[in-house]
Amino acid sequence: MDFGFSQEQEQIRATARKFFENECKSEFVRARMAEPAGVTDDFWKKLGEQGWLGLVYPEEYGGTGLGFVDLTVLMEEMGRAVMPGPFFSTLLGGLAILEAGSADQKKEWLGKISDGTVKATLAWTEPSARWDAPGVTTTARAAGGGFTLTGTKLFVPDAHLADVLVVVARTSEGKRAEDGVSLFLVPRGAKGLGTKLLPTMDQTRKLCEVKLEETPATLLGTKDGGWAPLERVVQRATVALCAEMCGGAQKVLDMTTEYAKIRVAFGKPIGSYQGVKHRAADMLVDVENAKSLTYYAAWAVDENVPESALACSMAKAYTSDAYRKVSGAGIQLHGGIGFTWEHDLHLYFKRAKSSEFTFGDATYHREKVAQLISL
Amino acid sequence: MNHRSVSRLEGMLDFTLTPDQEAFRERVRAWLKANIEADWQRKIGSSDVPRPEAYEYLRRWQHKLHDAGFIGLTWPKEAGGQGLTFMEELILHEEMAVAKAPPILNILGVGMAGPTIVAYGTEAQKRRYPAKILSCEEIWCQGYSEPNSGSDLAALQTRAVKDGDHYVINGQKVWTSLAHIADWMMLLARTDPDAPKHKGITYFLLDMKAPGVTVKPLKQITGDPEFNEVFFDNVRVHESQVLGEVNNGWQVGLTTLMYERLALGFGLQVRLRITLEGLIELARKMEKSGRTVTKDPVMRQKIAQLWIDTESLKYTGARAITKLLRGEMPGPEASAGKMVWVETHQRLQELAMEIEGPYSQLMQGSDWALDGGSWQYTFLRSRANSIEGGTTEIQKNIIGERVLGLPK
Repeated sequence: MDFGFSQEQEQIRATARKFFENECKSEFVRARMAEPAGVTDDFWKKLGEQGWLGLVYPEEYGGTGLGFVDLTVLMEEMGRAVMPGPFFSTLLGGLAILEAGSADQKKEWLGKISDGTVKATLAWTEPSARWDAPGVTTTARAAGGGFTLTGTKLFVPDAHLADVLVVVARTSEGKRAEDGVSLFLVPRGAKGLGTKLLPTMDQTRKLCEVKLEETPATLLGTKDGGWAPLERVVQRATVALCAEMCGGAQKVLDMTTEYAKIRVAFGKPIGSYQGVKHRAADMLVDVENAKSLTYYAAWAVDENVPESALACSMAKAYTSDAYRKVSGAGIQLHGGIGFTWEHDLHLYFKRAKSSEFTFGDATYHREKVAQLISL
Repeated sequence: MNHRSVSRLEGMLDFTLTPDQEAFRERVRAWLKANIEADWQRKIGSSDVPRPEAYEYLRRWQHKLHDAGFIGLTWPKEAGGQGLTFMEELILHEEMAVAKAPPILNILGVGMAGPTIVAYGTEAQKRRYPAKILSCEEIWCQGYSEPNSGSDLAALQTRAVKDGDHYVINGQKVWTSLAHIADWMMLLARTDPDAPKHKGITYFLLDMKAPGVTVKPLKQITGDPEFNEVFFDNVRVHESQVLGEVNNGWQVGLTTLMYERLALGFGLQVRLRITLEGLIELARKMEKSGRTVTKDPVMRQKIAQLWIDTESLKYTGARAITKLLRGEMPGPEASAGKMVWVETHQRLQELAMEIEGPYSQLMQGSDWALDGGSWQYTFLRSRANSIEGGTTEIQKNIIGERVLGLPK
């Protein structure tokens, strides 16, 4: 057992931290929040040059060929910088193509994703906001050797930017809801595809409504075989998201600790008061435990061990609560300044909120834990 | 997967074991299977803390573990240990949890006194004490807290005055677990009353049978006298019983506390897991409003959260152990353990009462009491968790000041 990071991974961390400190400052984040794109061409190109856009895809498909744990290190640093843009959505689309696609489909898309010429996303949830198979009601109809899709997807990240959407749709009513689910590729500009950008609380994460009306689509992988790869994608993405949340929570703790050392009230730095000190200690506990469970989950999904689903749900349940609590405590300990638009704390507070409800909140994952430990 | 594991030997998040470690696990597992009596919990009452009637049983149990070479795994061989790593220690404790093994009685000796003597002791002291700690031949207690110095430990007032080649001890200790069965005490006493409070303290190895030592049981919230008051009335201790340097007892004592947190940390997480499994068994046989407790959505949430928190302790511990194995100092992750354990365990015990409902009122001795009334005992006992071994408030000060660097 070695439950720490390798030197190479610490190197990724150091490189990423420096990169984001230079390239993803608060002003950059705020400018991207204010416009639909959420990213600049220049910034996206630089992510590609670092090898980060294709970090986990095999080299034979044009990726960097690193492991999932390496990705969690990178995501932690992205969360620390509360990085805007379609990185996570493109990861979702890319992972889906990697998990479900044929060799030709992987060759066609993963190289372009890795070099930054293509952005992707995953269109899964619908207005029912369900994370289970019965929630998939968008229908796929066989038509002229291909398929057409009809339905409404909601909470789709960065669909307005995506060159290709991986759409989850129902091809048949099987014995179980899981049996009739398939994945499809829909390119930007396809007939009957309408994307609408929605105003979101967390402006660093753009969410869309996606309407499909007899939209032509290409099957990704096998018909009726979409649910299993989707579950693997979501499991990995959930752990990556947890890592991003840990990075953000750590940054809030750092900001708060620094502030508590210099802000003086009643003649003393506020960090000397136990009311503040003890709350800061609680924040540290939340952050460290969230990291422990997230690192364990990263190992478990990377090695695909039997307990990976349990590890993933434990991490998301804990980290959802932890980031929300830590970012809330950060505002409280900063006092009035923490409530202003000018201070960066609200970016983290809002990211905590959007992340909390992405791929299931703490209550949802605690119930999954209950099932997985056979309660 | 194989080829990936090999490429990971450089060091990376990895929970795979070496063949030697796997073999060790198999050996522990087989031994425990052959040696744990199925009904030991009924014999001595299942609880986190050994109850008086359990002492003899547990003394024999530790002796057996020692004969099999499973006590003091990380201690050096010359001190009677096995010279293994924290990894084997972790494996042992995991297997003991899975097998629902009885606890280790001389935990203060094994976890605290022994390692501190190995670190600071003279050659004579190292020859004399550690081996008998491991075999449970001699039980140790810890003489730190006093009626007027608990959290502010360095304010302790028990005096040790030099008289020839002896020290004469006068004063009182309190909350002393196991003092009534202990042979030896790790004693902190003030040798220089004029020095700043941290600098005038000396660490003694005190014979509990020495004339002038009086142990009075202290009946606590559970009704059991698990703790004691210990009085010193002109107790003479030879100067060869000083551990480390005179007036350097604070440093030596801190070392003990560090070992306490590390060593007890393994055990605590494992005990918590055992207790949690017991709670789930309880929940499976109880009903609320005609529905099994484990089918109630609110109770499922509460139990799942306990499961998650218990697991987080394990992996946070694994991060600290990894740093130790790499020869680094444990980071912030190591500081949180005790607090998290306390909060989780107290919440678990509260939940046990909630699951029992009106039955939670019935104590041992009633035919109607569930699980022989053992949850009532552990529930009450758990109130001490956030006080003993450093209150939660002190732990938060330590994290705030030493880890986060906040001002005093």
